[in-house]
Amino acid sequence: MSKIEVRKLYKIFGPEPGKALEKLKAGMSKEDLLQKMGHTVGVCDVSFSVEQGEIFVVMGLSGSGKSTLVRCLNRLIEPTAGEVLIDGEVITGLSPEQLRLFRQKKMSMVFQRFALFPHRTILQNVAYGLEIQGMAKQEREERALDVLATVGLKEWGSVYPDQLSGGMQQRVGLARALAVDPDILLMDEPFSALDPLIRKEMQEELSELQSNMQKTIVFITHDLDEALKLGDRIAIMKDGQIVQLGTPEEILTNPCTEYVANFVNGVDRSRVLKAENIMIRPSALVKETDGPRLALRKMKEEELSSIFVVGEGRTLRGIVTVDRAVEAVNKKEKDLRNIIDEDIPLTSPDVTLLDLIPMAITAKVPIAVVNENRKLLGIIVRVSVLSGLIAKGDENNNVSYSD
Amino acid sequence: MYRIPISDWADFIVLFLRTNFRPVFRWFSGYIEGFVINFEALLMFIPVVLFIILVAALAWKLSGRGLALFTIAGLLLMLSMGLWEQTMRTLALVLTSTFISLLIGIPLGVLASRSELAWNLLRPVLDFMQTMPIFVYLLPAVMFFSIGIVPAVIATIVFAAPPAIRLTNLGIRQVPKEVMEAALAFGSTPMQILTKVQLPLALPSIMAGVNQCIMLSLSMVVISAMIGAGGLGGVVYRAITRLEIGSGFEGGVGVVIIAIILDRITQSLGRKPAGREQG
Repeated sequence: MSKIEVRKLYKIFGPEPGKALEKLKAGMSKEDLLQKMGHTVGVCDVSFSVEQGEIFVVMGLSGSGKSTLVRCLNRLIEPTAGEVLIDGEVITGLSPEQLRLFRQKKMSMVFQRFALFPHRTILQNVAYGLEIQGMAKQEREERALDVLATVGLKEWGSVYPDQLSGGMQQRVGLARALAVDPDILLMDEPFSALDPLIRKEMQEELSELQSNMQKTIVFITHDLDEALKLGDRIAIMKDGQIVQLGTPEEILTNPCTEYVANFVNGVDRSRVLKAENIMIRPSALVKETDGPRLALRKMKEEELSSIFVVGEGRTLRGIVTVDRAVEAVNKKEKDLRNIIDEDIPLTSPDVTLLDLIPMAITAKVPIAVVNENRKLLGIIVRVSVLSGLIAKGDENNNVSYSD
Repeated sequence: MYRIPISDWADFIVLFLRTNFRPVFRWFSGYIEGFVINFEALLMFIPVVLFIILVAALAWKLSGRGLALFTIAGLLLMLSMGLWEQTMRTLALVLTSTFISLLIGIPLGVLASRSELAWNLLRPVLDFMQTMPIFVYLLPAVMFFSIGIVPAVIATIVFAAPPAIRLTNLGIRQVPKEVMEAALAFGSTPMQILTKVQLPLALPSIMAGVNQCIMLSLSMVVISAMIGAGGLGGVVYRAITRLEIGSGFEGGVGVVIIAIILDRITQSLGRKPAGREQG
């Protein structure tokens, strides 16, 4: 069962949303709906599910409906139609009292402009969620202090929000949301109001926190870099609809519409693409027990100047060059053991392209991608590092830009 | 042209209320009179020196040394002019009117902030209360409550309550939307939102309403005296009718002194960052 499931969700703003919805479903365009009936479509036929422990990023430009969507999840905005299920429970059908309990325990929210309570100290802000649940003062303040410590603001409990910098205020916002120990965090552009450097710092901290706590996070942003950095999966929204949903790699390598492609074009690909995305299958391999003649023949067939040597279970032994193989044939060696060059460039699959560049510049042979057991997963030739930097999509896939 | 008989209607309504609701007015009147008289008695029971020290200390704590010194000097002046009793009487009248105005005004302000309908209904009523010439409702007030302190309190409330309602409504509506969303997102009940978020954040605005309420009440003291409320207003009113410019000035200075002390004290209450002293 998915943690969050959204089924055919609609939100229409205007005097008669029900009527407008019928027209929309009957095929009336959003422009007509706005001009002829005065209704704005905030969210239009959105369905997706989020798994436990996942960071699900919703990305779009302002006005794309992403903030409306996230508010439909905890019903700060009442959806016009459709269902939201959390742990299989239909949230959209809860009574006001049930909804309050649900908001208290299951889900909390972090806001773009922090939305701290200016008349409360930092500690009282963090303890707010516990306070309204009726927890005793001492207990809730102890808990709040613990949570403040995890965001690095243990010393700041007694000051007021306006005495803190933006970055610190948002840490408080995060701590306030975490204090009630919710299953789900809704984050509405939490870092957008921060300076770029602070934003980066906060993104890293969130990643680190998340690796310890494994919350389910719905994260709203308009920043693709941020989406790619944090998201396990990304939904791209435009005009209230999800135009593409996938992992960061899928979105980058295969942008399905021009809208997404335009987004993706602005990204520094070197930070996003990883070794595993650009590595290729080696066209030929030899075993260490093979003879030098076989190695020579394989190199000749594939027009290679060197060939990787593997042992049992494809564990990488090293590389053999043409010159050494010819030498070995002349010396009448039985196998390749004596001529293997073990000093070769290695990398793991999750290293980014950016970090591969220096290695690619100095390497005389292809870079081998291996896992922690030295199993050969693939190789990276220098030209693929370059093409990874400039390619706009997967050339093997003839992408049709339909939008 | 047909004349719409508004005048007849007004006469009829006043007559109708007088004949049918007399017990209600009596009962209400008794409460207010009792309140004011007891309050007056309390103020006069406090020894003069102790009273001056208490008010000066309050002024010092909330505003500063300047106001404290002014309070001592001002109240001693009232004492030396022989207007102490009248001052206490006026204070009782003004504070009672303010208290009742707030008792009605703040809940109405809260209601207005929560419901567009309530606010739309209330707005013309407030306009009416604030702009209708005072003498127009002074006379019916006397008819309902007879001469004395009670109609004075009622007339003062009609005149002074609107800013309390308006500023409470405004203060609550000015609470940032995201802060409200945060309170809602944590599952607060409407009551929790009101007491833990809206009212504390609206406090500066509400205090401005309290301040306005007091000032308007003070501006009514002479008119109150015309229907027998006494106090400093009575001093001024009597002086006017006898053309005694000097003693009228004395009474007027007394009103100004009270006004300055109350204004500065309530203003500094509003300036305090909302709710911080509650820790």
